[in-house]
Amino acid sequence: MTTGRIRRAALAAVLATGIAACSAPGGGGEGGNGGSADAVVIGVSSEPDTLSPLLGYGKDGNSKLFDGLLARAADMKLRPALATELPEVSEDGLTYTFTLRKGVKFSDGEPFTAADVVFTYRTVLDEKTNNPSRSELDAIDDVRAEGDHTVVFTLKYPYAPFAARTVLPIVPEHAAGGQDPNTGSFNTEPVGTGPYTLAGWSKGEKVTFRANPDYWGGEPEVAKVTVAIVADDDVRATRLRSGDLDGAVLPPDLAATFAGDGARKTHEAESYDFRAVTLPTGNPVTGDRAVRRALDAAVDRAAMVETILDGAGHPAYGPLPRRDPWFDRSTERPRDLGGAKRILDRAGWKPGKDGIRVKDGRRAAFTLLTPSGDKVRQDHALAYASDAKEAGIAVTVESATWEVIEPRMKDDAVLAGFGSAGDPDFALFTLLHSSLAGDGFNNMARYDNAEVDEALETGRRTRDRDEREDAYDTVQRALKDDPGYTFLTHIDHLYVLADRWDGLTTQVEPHEHGFASGPWWNVEDWRPTS
Amino acid sequence: MRPAALPWGGMARLTGRRLLFAAPVLLVVTFGVFAIAAASPFDPVKAYAGTAALGADQQTLDRLAANLGVEGPFTQRWWHWLTSALGGDLGWSPVMRQPVAQVIGERLVWSALLCAVAFAAAVVAGTVLGLLAARRPGSMTDRAVTSLSYVLEAAPVFWIALLALWLFALEWGALPAGGLTDTGSDAVTLAGTLRHLALPAGVLALSQLPWFALYVRQGVGDALAEDPVRGARARGLAERTVLLGHALRSGLLPVLTLIGSRVPELITGALLVETVFSWPGIAAATVRAATSVDFPLLAALTTLATAAVLVGNLLADLLYGLFDPRVNLDDM
Repeated sequence: MTTGRIRRAALAAVLATGIAACSAPGGGGEGGNGGSADAVVIGVSSEPDTLSPLLGYGKDGNSKLFDGLLARAADMKLRPALATELPEVSEDGLTYTFTLRKGVKFSDGEPFTAADVVFTYRTVLDEKTNNPSRSELDAIDDVRAEGDHTVVFTLKYPYAPFAARTVLPIVPEHAAGGQDPNTGSFNTEPVGTGPYTLAGWSKGEKVTFRANPDYWGGEPEVAKVTVAIVADDDVRATRLRSGDLDGAVLPPDLAATFAGDGARKTHEAESYDFRAVTLPTGNPVTGDRAVRRALDAAVDRAAMVETILDGAGHPAYGPLPRRDPWFDRSTERPRDLGGAKRILDRAGWKPGKDGIRVKDGRRAAFTLLTPSGDKVRQDHALAYASDAKEAGIAVTVESATWEVIEPRMKDDAVLAGFGSAGDPDFALFTLLHSSLAGDGFNNMARYDNAEVDEALETGRRTRDRDEREDAYDTVQRALKDDPGYTFLTHIDHLYVLADRWDGLTTQVEPHEHGFASGPWWNVEDWRPTS
Repeated sequence: MRPAALPWGGMARLTGRRLLFAAPVLLVVTFGVFAIAAASPFDPVKAYAGTAALGADQQTLDRLAANLGVEGPFTQRWWHWLTSALGGDLGWSPVMRQPVAQVIGERLVWSALLCAVAFAAAVVAGTVLGLLAARRPGSMTDRAVTSLSYVLEAAPVFWIALLALWLFALEWGALPAGGLTDTGSDAVTLAGTLRHLALPAGVLALSQLPWFALYVRQGVGDALAEDPVRGARARGLAERTVLLGHALRSGLLPVLTLIGSRVPELITGALLVETVFSWPGIAAATVRAATSVDFPLLAALTTLATAAVLVGNLLADLLYGLFDPRVNLDDM
């Protein structure tokens, strides 16, 4: 044996271990779909915790496997789904009557009736059901069937946005009844009336849907939908580029790399998803109204949209985005650094030796916590700190996990993100009402403003559109006068998708997005490009 | 060199002793898992509720805690888990939302496949490399193998995994980046599985390979200087026979012990590799169970891993006893 032969053998051995079984090189791209329009593979960052609506799946609609009594159109308006029309509401606003669609069948062939609706709502409301969103249906006093095709809800108190909650998916009593809703087989073998049925769910890897040929709304043309769960943004972008995925949700910088791609289109969805700094009422600095107002005036929202979001977003002046019909345009305000300084001067916060303001021996300084790993939030936090510094307020940015942040939310500011679509009540009440101060992640800043509380109550009790509008204008203006949160931006959600279908739209999306939102919110209605 | 008959009695006695010893070990390990999980900052209720926890009020979270049975001291939960596990009921996993037995059943086969392929590759390739290096100490081959081994030994396995992912999946597009099947297809085919197995198994093998290469190199190198080899050479036997028949045979003895002691590292390595390559094995489930404080799943998986380590050690000792006649199994 010569040294050369040994060396060659060694090399061969190394290669053999490294690329053992690499028998089909170049096959990486074959995975997707072959470019046909009747199947789509999309990549999202996280999977649903459950596919059972009884445990919270699809409560905001677009659940693919199920339908609610109502659904939302592209413009977010409510439209009938399993109900034949929008509900009849009694004069006192306490009784909602739904007439149900006839002839609808679950994917196992059994008919859909009012009993299924009653079963679904009663199970969700049951104390023993592990549904973390149960409180959203708190207003319901009773739900009962009148015959096979009428359902009547009775509320404990008038709750104006109640109809918007009835997008909750309906599950069949015959399949989900008679078992523990938390652990029963329905969780892994869901049956619904929806446009798709579940073909497979490999946890942490992908969920596969197959078109329901008997769907009451017509069989979807996209026969197979695969949702791959790829947590890492870069990996998702790469798999999209390699053709393994047809579409994916991407952060702005990665979406920009697909800008010149003729075969793929970028879809921008506006959202309710705001980034804001919580200013805890209990902290003597952030609880001071002058400091809050100065911070609000000092931040450069437009610059954040441009530099952090690459233009894919909008300045946020409150929890509601500008596109929302309830947004109060009078609360739009430009940056006013001079004004911020004047407010602080007048309130007695005088610049100290290091340029940081001091009042009664207390420095205008606080800590801003930002969840680690979220680059967009971290960038917001750093920009916020630098804007605040110009006004003479020292903000120390600290990155931490939620486990660390949670016990400190009472005293330290947090770069928070939230936003619910559907009704102003959904986002505003839990964010601002003093009764929910520090309750879980609700009202993280422990905002406490009697005027706001009252307007929030009015907004959810009355069904009169003008009265509601007044109430939510009051909230938004009060929030401008006493900004217990510094709202920074509403971020657009970006999706890149192969250009093989026509008429794609996006909804205005809530904070949570990926699986039920994006251009595939209505994949059942897609038509192949002719 | 091989004993005429296998020492069945000694092997059985050793196995029995180890089994007796395993019971308290497993008991302590599961108790430790419950204690550590209870002390961790992760909240099982928040993990269960997922993103919905962000909007949930305290009353809802308290109700979930009560329903999930995660209230009360961990010792009580441990006892409850232990008694039902001994009765054959491994419990229900809140994070995977499946019975624990089903989670393990679905995933164990893929983890076993990954570990077995990687381990076999590591042993074979490591032995070959070690032999080549030992043949001429100080030669180019020796120096290459030795330094490569030290580099691989020092490199964290997740780092090698990311590097391989970048090179093979991103730069060359030669192999899929993760998963068990192509994203768009559901069928598990032999060719498809092999292609998807190549990277994770290769990386895992690479991380274990240096230990075997270095041990074989040392063992064979020592053996080459010993009398039997010198005698064989003096008798004019072919170099190949000397190397494979004499030096390798006695040089392999320490490697047998190594096989047993590498099992724990193989399991932790698989944990990281499976996570990087989205391999649907039990390791990926372990990570989720740990970060979600999923007591039943975590305890079952830890028991499984502990058992694997104990069995690995037992196997190594049995083999050692078989191959080295000087060892008395009853002394172990």
